[in-house]
Amino acid sequence: MSNIPAELKYASSHEWIRKEADGSYTVGITEHAQELLGDMVFVELPEVGDTVTAGEDCAVAESVKAASDIYAPISGEVVAINESLEDSPELVNSDAFDDGWFFRVMPSDEAEVDSLLNAEGYQEVIDED
Amino acid sequence: MASKTVLYTKHLASNAKMVDFHGWEMPINYGSQIEEHHAVRQDAGMFDVSHMTVVDVTGSQARDFLRKLLANDVAKLTVTGKALYGGMLDENAGVIDDLITYYLSDTHYRIVVNSATREKDLAWINKQASAYDVSVTERPELAMIAVQGPNAKAKAATVFSAEQNSAIEGMKMFFGVQADSLFIATTGYTGEAGYEIIVPQEQAQDLWQALLDAGVKPCGLGARDTLRLEAGMNLYGQDMDESINPLAANMGWTVAWEPSERDFIGRQALSQIKAAGTDKLVGLVMEAKGVLRHDMAVFFTDENGVEHQGRITSGTFSPTLGYSIAMARVPNGIGQVAEVEMRKKRVAVKVIAPSFVRNGKQAF
Repeated sequence: MSNIPAELKYASSHEWIRKEADGSYTVGITEHAQELLGDMVFVELPEVGDTVTAGEDCAVAESVKAASDIYAPISGEVVAINESLEDSPELVNSDAFDDGWFFRVMPSDEAEVDSLLNAEGYQEVIDED
Repeated sequence: MASKTVLYTKHLASNAKMVDFHGWEMPINYGSQIEEHHAVRQDAGMFDVSHMTVVDVTGSQARDFLRKLLANDVAKLTVTGKALYGGMLDENAGVIDDLITYYLSDTHYRIVVNSATREKDLAWINKQASAYDVSVTERPELAMIAVQGPNAKAKAATVFSAEQNSAIEGMKMFFGVQADSLFIATTGYTGEAGYEIIVPQEQAQDLWQALLDAGVKPCGLGARDTLRLEAGMNLYGQDMDESINPLAANMGWTVAWEPSERDFIGRQALSQIKAAGTDKLVGLVMEAKGVLRHDMAVFFTDENGVEHQGRITSGTFSPTLGYSIAMARVPNGIGQVAEVEMRKKRVAVKVIAPSFVRNGKQAF
């Protein structure tokens, strides 16, 4: 059974976001997603300063099994990336909701956050898979 | 309903993630396939390979029969216990299966074939056997555990009886011996030292537990695939099948052309293929980011400037090397470099003989 923290918001494509003190949102993939993918071997991230659009692919998570596109849950400017993933992609497996984060976005339209799923809604998405 | 090996509950007890593997419910990993991979390269790991099929071929014409059935020549086996790897071909020289044959006596050989091909193998072997005075006996009451890694032999020795340890003392690579209830062989599918142990089903759980207690890490099919690919070993159904001849599957070394009068099944077709020329199986190395995968297209330009295309048969991330490796079937004439099409881009790769890691070290 996967852990789904109640304080985060989710996309049905298995990304999570968390609001930070500076108003930006941290983005990662869920524990369920990393379980499906298996051991991570490479993570390709956007660059700081890139503009990402909700629903469009902006990163790649490559595991022993497959390369998967990661979609931006919200639109905005990338303000930070998790550089540790360059040398330690396995952080995505060991700590998907914390040390395994992908990037941070300063939202251009905060209303997009409201359209994301809460933990319960995301649980339903998993159950339907 | 998938079959379960006798070790099924042992896998669950070690938190295995189980998958359907050609009708068998097998562990894909016990948490992290990369950690399991490293355990085999650096220490000792074990695999449940009980789904594989053990077949005993006995009788006064066992040797003659196998010299007809197999492209490699069992007449090379003169020392008791010696093993031989090779292909079983059809009349068109397509590979029905790859298998290991152990020479136990002139009237008793043991072969171990793949699980995915079990039914067609047995049907083929029985059909060919009808012309010979031989018995073909499947041994489903036997389980099999592979223990592999630089410390595998030492850890297994703590589990074997004194009698078993003396039976295997000084045993060279690619031999097998019946020692009490265990058939212990110095074979494997990882490129590391170790044993493949054939054990009566009712003892298999205890043996597995004893090896666990001796510090041998359970490893799943995921690690088994990355280990065999690093070692440059073929996977049947992926790197070759009935539509592929052994020369196009890096198995030319297993075809015994001498003595020329030995008329093994597929010889005539294979001689013609050899004369006409055929594809080859090469190794690819990509140090850039990304992972080479099964079925990706491979391009190279020959010395006349003509572009040719081949295809990746097996590709993976190599945990030992830290970058991606693959095997690819390509037309003859490939040089030392090629390009692979990945996500609509062409990426440069090095072309090498398909052996990437041996005994924990880079092999090219």
